[in-house]
Amino acid sequence: MSQYKVPELTFAGMRQGFWRLLPLSLFVIAFGLAYGLAAIQAGLSGTETVIMSMLVFAGTAQFAAVDLWGAQIPIVPLLLTTFAINARHLLMGASLYPWLRQVPARKRYGILVLMSDANWAMTLNDFNNGKTNLGLLLGGGIALWLTWLAGTVLGMTVGSGITNPEAFGVDMVLGCFMLSMALGGRKNPRILTAWLVGGLSAYAAYLWLPENSHVVAGALGGGLVGAIWLEEPRK
Amino acid sequence: MMSTAGIGGFIIIGLMALVTLLTRYGGVLIMSFIPINRRVESFINAMSGSVLIAILVPIAAEGDLGARLALVATAVVMLVVKKPMVAISAGIFVAAAIRWLV
Repeated sequence: MSQYKVPELTFAGMRQGFWRLLPLSLFVIAFGLAYGLAAIQAGLSGTETVIMSMLVFAGTAQFAAVDLWGAQIPIVPLLLTTFAINARHLLMGASLYPWLRQVPARKRYGILVLMSDANWAMTLNDFNNGKTNLGLLLGGGIALWLTWLAGTVLGMTVGSGITNPEAFGVDMVLGCFMLSMALGGRKNPRILTAWLVGGLSAYAAYLWLPENSHVVAGALGGGLVGAIWLEEPRK
Repeated sequence: MMSTAGIGGFIIIGLMALVTLLTRYGGVLIMSFIPINRRVESFINAMSGSVLIAILVPIAAEGDLGARLALVATAVVMLVVKKPMVAISAGIFVAAAIRWLV
């Protein structure tokens, strides 16, 4: 049985997490701005737009909802789409489980409310490197949540000046972030094989399976490599 | 179909929030019923990096030249400098620059 250090949650750690994610949050504001603008144009009220950012806190799913928004909404397809887009959270949560299982359930599920792509990836990298500051997940989540809201409000009020955020490369924020996190993590032949199989599975799913299934397919493909090619026990 | 008039919109948003919260909780919840052994750990740890790669696949496969070169720039800077913020900024700069040029 390998050893996983118990992650600790402190105010100092939260502060540290907040500041580590804040620079990235500048990009999140731009994302939020695009969402706020799109939501108002699709006919959501200002209150609805802000409440969706507060409670759903998942950019891509919110954009999908805005796409479907009208006087009448097909509710089941909307919820299925929301689930499919956010299904990656299932895998993200599972990847943190070896550490989170050692944290009391109330704390564990309290913090997970704010788990998003960026603070998850940074936390996982740190955990893998033996740094077990759980405040990174929570403090970083707070930074992302606040700036997501700030961006949303900004987009509702002054966003109409920006018509194509792509011109500024804003759509590439998440992709570039994910890539830098992957390359900043541990690399060995086993992990690289998992990435290769995972990437090919994701591409196959992207081509031939229903929309948004590529993340789950890629994760399972890569995970399967891990289940067959076992990891060296951790020190 | 459901009407978005009046409280309808808020109910829809509430349901979306609930589904999203379920995905945030679900992975940890499911894992708590699975006995953790070396093989399961090994699965999780190979899976977690693959999530990152899988998210990138459509961007790399379908993206425009700006998107692809942004990923290349991010990768190169990350491998050389090893600072995520620098690498991300380089990627976004390249995307914006290429789209301005082409």
